[in-house]
Amino acid sequence: MRIGTAVHRLEGSQLAPRRARRGWLDPGGDVWPYLFVAPMVLLFLGFKLWPTLATWYFALFDWNGIGWPSEFVGLDNFLQVARAPLFWDAFRNTWLYTAGMLVVQVPLALMLAVVLNRPTLRGRVIYRTLFFLPVVATTAVIGVVMVILLSPAGGPVNNLLLESGLVRRPVNFLGAASLALPTVVAIGIWKGLGTVMIYWLAGLQSVPGELYDAARIDGANSAQVLRFVTLPLLRPVALTIIALTLVWSLNVFELVQVMTSGGPGNATDVIATYIYRVAFTVEDTVPRMGYASAAGVFFGLTNLVIVLVQFLSVRAAGRSRRGL
Amino acid sequence: MTFPSVGLSVHRLRRLAPRPSRTALHLFLIAALVAWLYPFVWIFGTSFKPQEEVFSRPLALLPAAPTLENFIRAWDKANFSTYFLNTVIVTVATTLIVLAVTALAGFALGRRAFRGRAAVMSILGASIFLPQGYTIIPVYDLINRLGLNNTLVGVVLASAGAGFIIYTFMFTAYFAGLPREIEEAAVVDGVNIFQLFFQVMLPLARPVLASVAILEFLQIWNSFLIPLTLTLAAPEKRVLGVGMYAFFGQSGLDWTGLAAAATISLVPVVLVFLSLQRYFVEGVAGAVKS
Repeated sequence: MRIGTAVHRLEGSQLAPRRARRGWLDPGGDVWPYLFVAPMVLLFLGFKLWPTLATWYFALFDWNGIGWPSEFVGLDNFLQVARAPLFWDAFRNTWLYTAGMLVVQVPLALMLAVVLNRPTLRGRVIYRTLFFLPVVATTAVIGVVMVILLSPAGGPVNNLLLESGLVRRPVNFLGAASLALPTVVAIGIWKGLGTVMIYWLAGLQSVPGELYDAARIDGANSAQVLRFVTLPLLRPVALTIIALTLVWSLNVFELVQVMTSGGPGNATDVIATYIYRVAFTVEDTVPRMGYASAAGVFFGLTNLVIVLVQFLSVRAAGRSRRGL
Repeated sequence: MTFPSVGLSVHRLRRLAPRPSRTALHLFLIAALVAWLYPFVWIFGTSFKPQEEVFSRPLALLPAAPTLENFIRAWDKANFSTYFLNTVIVTVATTLIVLAVTALAGFALGRRAFRGRAAVMSILGASIFLPQGYTIIPVYDLINRLGLNNTLVGVVLASAGAGFIIYTFMFTAYFAGLPREIEEAAVVDGVNIFQLFFQVMLPLARPVLASVAILEFLQIWNSFLIPLTLTLAAPEKRVLGVGMYAFFGQSGLDWTGLAAAATISLVPVVLVFLSLQRYFVEGVAGAVKS
């Protein structure tokens, strides 16, 4: 699909001939385009624009979610967020999870995509489908099943480890503070790898076959073709994948909520589970919607700063390398 | 997804690649897949196991004495009949609404340069990059104010609002790429705008309709955060993901019952994916490029 170009060369050329007005049902009329766009614009205003603005607004109030926020506290919520050790634990865990995805999942998916893109590999479409399967499974369902599979009390994974003699006592994958986050990251990698693989495959298939032929004729081996032909051409796809991985991992919620609820202690607590707990679970205290909104805004802002600094330093590094 | 034709090089590569290494690659991939897909095999096998077999034969993949007890328990006692029905209603309704909203908007945006079109396009485009991951509180608040908290209508509305921008772009691009002669011929025949849209243009957009439908179907069938927060006080309005979480909280040790519930949740979505995966892959690839 040639999407980007098609959208932008539209103006004028696709206009139907202007004809005499026959009311608003006329395909040449001026009114119906607005009616056709209106439902989408309403959804946008209600569920995209308003929530974005409202989070900022709510963050300025001490508000329990009932009625309209009235107790204005200025930036007090933000100061509280910045001083809450639990917030910073969740902050650290979210970025550790994200780092795991960027450092392990993204390259692993690329390796798999390169292998499954080989035209000589029989059954490559079947392999792709099967490696993709975890993506289409309901995350909450997978989370429950993983807790059972990894259970230290008779779970199949521990049974296998015990029987093969690899461990002498069952491993408490999700219940031990030191192991819980790496386990969650590993499951996150397994669950989402297929999507990243599909994106890499889409990128690989846009590399013209003649380039490979030319490189082969010049005597390049597989590793050299990958390094000097494929990877440089994948740059735009790589940036898309990194951006999407950032968005997905910084928002991770279901897997953590279902498997550990952020525990043990708060060893796996991430920002989304932290916000959910503060805003919606009211067992011991009143819901703190204003504070939770502030935590979300604060996290969004810090992420923006981190990503910008990364981006600028990568660009500066690239410049100085070229300058040498 | 299409594969670039590599012509001659295929044959040359085939001769260059020694056979043993290709067999080794297949063996490696198959071994990896066994571990990769083990959770699915476990779910399916365990859902037919009698409860005592989980501990007496923990590593057996298939039951010695298959039973449907677990399914009956999950379906009736754990309310998965209700969760299943709710999920079907929410998924179908949301998918239809999103299809209608994005196809209509995409048609207008793709075929007419009306005043304000450029503004709509750039605001939509910019909002993709807007950080808005933690907007569940205002969404919950809005649904609550509309009096739709703890109703399926509320879940459908919030779910429809969660993802439609990329789909709108997919329809816009597709409609913009259709030749103008098709539309002109119909207009000469004197059709009105709805006839033009439903009878002429929409049938032509079948590939995009299919891609958007399957992407949205999978998205909503598997959704969790929105239905969870919007049905906190209404257990009878839960969808499968939320129901699974609740079932796990109540009877976390009923492993065979949970496996049966997992099978009930996963079979429809896996079947839909396998039968329509061509459109799915095209949709994902299209979404990347746009």
